[in-house]
Amino acid sequence: MAKTVFDDISTLKKELLRCMKCGNCMSVCPVYNVEKKESSVARGKIALGEAIIDDKINIDDETLVKLIFNCLVCKSCMLACPSGVRFDRIILGLRAAIARKKGIPFVKKALFGLLKNPELFDRGMKAFAAMQGFFLTKEGEKIRAPRGFLKQFGKRFDSDFVLPELSKESFRDKVSEVINVENPQATVIFFTGCSVNYFYPEVGEDLIYVLKRNNVTVITPKNQNCCGMPVMVHGDIETARQLAKKNLDVFEKTAAQYIVTVCGSCGSAIKHEYPIILEATEYEEMAKKWAERVYDISIFLLKVIKFEPPKGKVELKVTYHDPCHLKKSMKVFNEPRQLLKMIPGVSLVEMKKPDACCGSGGSYHLTHAETALKIAQAKTEDIKQTQADVVCTGCPACMMELFEGIRRWNGNCKVLHTVNLLAKAYKKEEA
Amino acid sequence: MIDSNFINKCRNIFGPENVITDKAELITYSYDATPGIPREIPGVVVFPENTKQIQELIFLARQTKTPIYPRGAGTCLSGGPVPLSRGVVISFQKMNKILEIDPDNLTATVQPGVIIADLNNAVAKYGLLYPPDPGSMATATVGGSVAENSGGLRGLKYGVTKHYIMGMEVVLPTGEVFRYGGKTVKNVTAYDFTSLFVGSEGTLGIITEIICKLIPAPKYRKSMIAFFDRLEDAGKTVTDIVRNHVIPATLEIMDKVTIQTVENYAKVGLPTDVEALLLIEVDGMGKDSVEWEAQKCVEIIKQNNGRYKIAETDAERDALWAARRAALPALAQVKPATVLEDATVPRTKIVDMLVSIQNIAKKYNLMIGTFGHAGDGNLHPTILIDPLDKDEMERLHKAVDEIFEVALSFGGTLSGEHGIGVAKIKYLKNEIGRSGVETMRRIKQALDPDNILNPGKLVPLEE
Repeated sequence: MAKTVFDDISTLKKELLRCMKCGNCMSVCPVYNVEKKESSVARGKIALGEAIIDDKINIDDETLVKLIFNCLVCKSCMLACPSGVRFDRIILGLRAAIARKKGIPFVKKALFGLLKNPELFDRGMKAFAAMQGFFLTKEGEKIRAPRGFLKQFGKRFDSDFVLPELSKESFRDKVSEVINVENPQATVIFFTGCSVNYFYPEVGEDLIYVLKRNNVTVITPKNQNCCGMPVMVHGDIETARQLAKKNLDVFEKTAAQYIVTVCGSCGSAIKHEYPIILEATEYEEMAKKWAERVYDISIFLLKVIKFEPPKGKVELKVTYHDPCHLKKSMKVFNEPRQLLKMIPGVSLVEMKKPDACCGSGGSYHLTHAETALKIAQAKTEDIKQTQADVVCTGCPACMMELFEGIRRWNGNCKVLHTVNLLAKAYKKEEA
Repeated sequence: MIDSNFINKCRNIFGPENVITDKAELITYSYDATPGIPREIPGVVVFPENTKQIQELIFLARQTKTPIYPRGAGTCLSGGPVPLSRGVVISFQKMNKILEIDPDNLTATVQPGVIIADLNNAVAKYGLLYPPDPGSMATATVGGSVAENSGGLRGLKYGVTKHYIMGMEVVLPTGEVFRYGGKTVKNVTAYDFTSLFVGSEGTLGIITEIICKLIPAPKYRKSMIAFFDRLEDAGKTVTDIVRNHVIPATLEIMDKVTIQTVENYAKVGLPTDVEALLLIEVDGMGKDSVEWEAQKCVEIIKQNNGRYKIAETDAERDALWAARRAALPALAQVKPATVLEDATVPRTKIVDMLVSIQNIAKKYNLMIGTFGHAGDGNLHPTILIDPLDKDEMERLHKAVDEIFEVALSFGGTLSGEHGIGVAKIKYLKNEIGRSGVETMRRIKQALDPDNILNPGKLVPLEE
């Protein structure tokens, strides 16, 4: 197998060299904006990568490891970079190298902030497995996390910490694997992602409702797994590869022309990461094929099929939050707004910084609570000043963070996925 | 030197949370945006929050003869904030308060760590503007840009940083604090300290507070882009515009290599068979006068065989500017690394300079794209290289030497806006002569007898 940036750190050298150290990334990095330290930002982490390759510092240096994991992988820096440095590859390559050196148990430890004892670790793992997508198989225990014991994990889990209740039954357990329509416009795979599967089944239900309304056959394979992004960002490339391969095998078994996602992270994992991590493997071609076929729901409705706008009226003031991976990786930001504007009665008000990160970063908000909370607070204040009734977004992980932020800093705004609002409007016209 | 005793004292002065000593963190304070210069990992990084802390640090550094390297956001292109030994880096990233905006006196008083773009956003509420606009203004700090005397795209009409500094608080290398200047437009008391400290590159004192001059923000603007088949026509357009007493806010040039690279990369619809383009923007307070200036520019472009497009809407203006904004990103895509220079010549010598750069590129078999601020003669020859190619690096150094030689021969200068730092220190004598260098040494010696402030930058210590 050829060596990729995920297998051999020296392959990063060319990418590191592209950085001119101009500092443009500092103007957009949410972590730098809070911490005001060079090491928070892409440029600083690139300098660390260079120092590792030049043998000026050990890859398992304790501080260095902390710094390399202090990143949301939101890719804001990549949009601001004049040299087009692929920082996502750099940061994930460095993390993969650290994980190789320190072993996978470390990866899990990093994720849960060095838990105090193994028993707790196990319980924590189970409690959060759903959200972190740390399941390698689709069977997992669904545990409701009692908040009392969570406090032991650190200050992140204060009394304001909330999570959507884990549904007793996961979305994929409930939904029929194939939902046929007559004379379909298209047949799609619904790639649910973990958050919809465990936390937001109603987003999944509404998505299917919207697709049915638009005459699309929906296949929701029961044996699809986590997209792999969460393990990938922690450097566990091997697990990410296994997940990717399993998912591709699942896609191949269907007769679908497209994959539809409701989560920017899942979408960009399939679109951008699978072809990279499966480079030079027997899955390379398959990964490229499906990368071409994956669409965020908003693009799918507006650009791929003939979309029937809802006629039901929803009188709401709505603001829209751009999920980092949806806007910065998948480059989807116009279409969700177009959809919202097509709903009768919806007035769209923009935040000052609609594409500023919400601070979730998958697990970043658990591992780097203090910085994440400051980022979340800025986002919440921005939402509040719009005086919107609803904040819509295109990513369930953001939904959790926005929901918690609004509760924590006394907002009174509902958090919905764009498809929730679409479904609402369709249902209104039937009523 | 820096030992555990020194670090403990730093912790006492700044508080432990504002002192960095871990190697990994220190590495991230060992560079700026300048390629290929010597640099060291500092011994400690401190984040001051007030002037008194800086004063105490200076006393400590004097006792122990420890070099101090002041640093804003580290976007410098001449090595200004880069440590040359295991000294102390003072990072102003957390000393970033806007202390006062005074719309009636047209001033803003700021701490040095304030980001230039943030200052502009804050004064925009009053319809005011702080004109210096270096390309890095979204990141760069006011303190850093004052130390380097940064320019920007608006230099021709609005001047550069030194024209907008009315007073400062400075901690001297001996530990004394002194303030000069204020909110009066006229102030001829004492030496003109603005001229001394602006552009002193952190070698004469540490700036801790700055009074900036503001101006009313222009209400109207008009942008156009012009294409020329001959460099001479583009150059003559530049001089003719000024000769006709039109001073555009922006008058940018891009050469053929840059245009082709931009079109390749950004597909903004530029013709790729032209020798040069000019991006021109006139602005002002009166609609009619702006229209008149724009009209004048169009006439001159036509007289000089140029083809032009004028922007009628904000969206069209953005489209024109997209080409200029893509210049550096596009060039940076071509090769692994870029060296961005800022040799500057009198406006009338722009064409000669562009031709010379093209000849140097041929002679040393290098790819050089040139763009920059034609209106003020400040060009950015951007040399595209692969740092892993030893032979190419050698040719690069020769080419850079020659670019500076040519710029000086045209009556130009080594640096229009990036500063001397360590990158150009070896050329200094060629511009200001032995007596000029000696004068600099005397000033440095008088203010910094222990040579602890940014040693090795700007002032050559020995022949």
